[in-house]
Amino acid sequence: MSDVLRFMTCGSVDDGKSTLIGRLLYDTRAVLVDTLEGVRHASERRGLSRIDLSLLTDGLIAEREQGITIDVAYRYFSTGRRNFIIADAPGHEQYTRNMVTAASTAELAVLMVDVRQGLTTQTRRHALLCELMGIPHLVIAVNKMDLVGYDPEPFAAVQAAFETFAAQAQLRADRRYLPISALEGEMVVERGERMPWYQGPTLLEVLESVPSAHTGKAESFRFPVQWVCRPQAADDPTLHDYRGYAGMVTSGSVAVGDAVTVLPAGLTTTVQAIELGGQPLTAARAGQSVMLRLQDDLDVSRGDMIVRSDEPMPAVTRALVADLAWLANGPLDPRRVYGLRQTTREVKAKIEAIAYRWDVATMRRADVDTLTANDIGRVRVKLSAPIVAERYEEDRALGAFILFDPATGDTVAGGVIREWA
Amino acid sequence: MSETTMTRTHQTATEPQLWDDETLDWLEAEAIYILREVAAQFQRPALLFSGGKDSVCLLRLAEKAFRPARFPFPLVHIDTGHNYPEVIAFRDARAEELGERLIVRSVEDSIRRGTVRLAHPLESRNRHQSVTLLEAIEEFGFDCLIGGARRDEEKARAKERVFSLRDEFGQWDPKAQRPELWNLYNGHTRPGWHVRAFPISNWTELDVWRYIARERLALPSIYFAHERPCVRRGRLLAPVTPLTPPKEGEVVEPVWVRFRTVGDMTCTAPVESRATTVEAIIRETAETMISERGATRLDDQTHEASMEQRKREGYF
Repeated sequence: MSDVLRFMTCGSVDDGKSTLIGRLLYDTRAVLVDTLEGVRHASERRGLSRIDLSLLTDGLIAEREQGITIDVAYRYFSTGRRNFIIADAPGHEQYTRNMVTAASTAELAVLMVDVRQGLTTQTRRHALLCELMGIPHLVIAVNKMDLVGYDPEPFAAVQAAFETFAAQAQLRADRRYLPISALEGEMVVERGERMPWYQGPTLLEVLESVPSAHTGKAESFRFPVQWVCRPQAADDPTLHDYRGYAGMVTSGSVAVGDAVTVLPAGLTTTVQAIELGGQPLTAARAGQSVMLRLQDDLDVSRGDMIVRSDEPMPAVTRALVADLAWLANGPLDPRRVYGLRQTTREVKAKIEAIAYRWDVATMRRADVDTLTANDIGRVRVKLSAPIVAERYEEDRALGAFILFDPATGDTVAGGVIREWA
Repeated sequence: MSETTMTRTHQTATEPQLWDDETLDWLEAEAIYILREVAAQFQRPALLFSGGKDSVCLLRLAEKAFRPARFPFPLVHIDTGHNYPEVIAFRDARAEELGERLIVRSVEDSIRRGTVRLAHPLESRNRHQSVTLLEAIEEFGFDCLIGGARRDEEKARAKERVFSLRDEFGQWDPKAQRPELWNLYNGHTRPGWHVRAFPISNWTELDVWRYIARERLALPSIYFAHERPCVRRGRLLAPVTPLTPPKEGEVVEPVWVRFRTVGDMTCTAPVESRATTVEAIIRETAETMISERGATRLDDQTHEASMEQRKREGYF
């Protein structure tokens, strides 16, 4: 048996993220002959003497022209032990929203640091965004060790600097430090021979061994209703009264016969049947997409949440304290009404107050009137209708939301719930 | 599960299991979730069904997502008129068997209307599909099209969101994609725009074959090894058909081949193979060292970024 680990690479521009992924794919034999052939040709056309492994992931025309990564590239590889989904995130500040996209689904982040540059503002910003997005494992990959003669001193300096920053920023993710050379392939998949002073695992060994956390810490049964199935087929009278609630179990498990509560209304009933594709199941657990049928004919629709009556109830609230990553080009306008989507529920939202913005350069809380592109800040949000919420650190599914602009439909912010009123 | 007449036998020998249920269950649950998001968020969605292996998987996923109800969307195929007849017969049989509505719109009609103009009669109609597709979107008012594209197919696709926006001209703007956070897929759009939704974005070619094996899905016969007259052009094999006659001086020879994708006859090349069962194809795919589009698409060879250019123009 093998599982799936979603991880991302991030860090400043030119710290070698795309090269690292190219190296991982190349050394795990996940690059196909014709792909490699294409990259070889492209490298030659650019007058390079060796294959530029970063070309394996930089796929857009503009990216190749500029030699940078604009958007997240997803790559897939597996070793005998695990399947991996890599999200290669862009380093430029301008494309932070794409980095946040990658971070939201990652269980581990490889934060690249150029050993010669040390920590930059963008390194700190990405570390904070990883923290905001609740990524439990952080690997600080100190890259370009080949350019400092594989000397342990500058590596140790980066490690010390990051630990100081981590304490300041109160990072909760577990941290591992690896000296690597993505270009030469040292300590990525192969150990190489140039850093005998480093005794820890290679990057691949870390990736293969960290516990994956699809479900996070949450253990109670949570089932946001996605879609109501009412077949009402004229030719099949047995389906006339059929009513199924389709959704994905975000945490916990449920079995036929369990007593359940439908939130936010608080109605109670029991689970009559659990089905998938019209076939009966006896139980459903976290990560499964199923259809639930309930004993009583209740008013249940998309956006409602089914939970087990014998487990702790989540909060039902119309006022949130949340951390926002503002992603739109235009600033947050506290006078406007935004759309808020959390689980399968949509309500209207107003930002009542901005408590502070994190100043990434100084690591201080700054008083501000608005948030602009790529800002991270704490806000108070008022909602037009109640949502069923948990704290993000307890439950990544119920604690996350997006804000969208009702005029354009565009996603303007990602938010994580910290508290409620 | 019911199968059509075009099914090839699935081996029942006691060989080691060729797939890992944990991985397939994870991918399946995610795809079902995405299909249901489409059903819930859009007024007039449609599922693009070509008869190809990826869209065959989509149909099984839709059964799991929506049964015992009918699919909350019709199936749509944009027919270039240059498809293999086995595939078209399979397409119709499968839609019939599922009892779902199939809408076919053809490039031929767009040519007749004058909205598609060919440079020469035998020109590949592959890129002209986007015109016919946009015409169908307008005709039916579709606000979301579900497709079977995968991120492992090609570099530009590797960057595409699960819910991917298209403007009124069907264009994709890769430099201005929306953020897509967690699994909170955002289906809100501007008027006249639509969304393309890709439920199997995170599947690899091997995952698709493993799913076909596990679910015992029927496929058009040309996916399995058979003898076919071909000519060799560089690294690729070109099938000889009435639409693709041999060029002067080319030697036609019978070759054991199978198709890895089943697109337009003029631009889909088979690969040499003796794999006559799904299980044999899985073994072959696991060992193969050529990626799917590179081995089989005669029109992707021309430019480093040709897929991105076609996608910008509204291609699927």
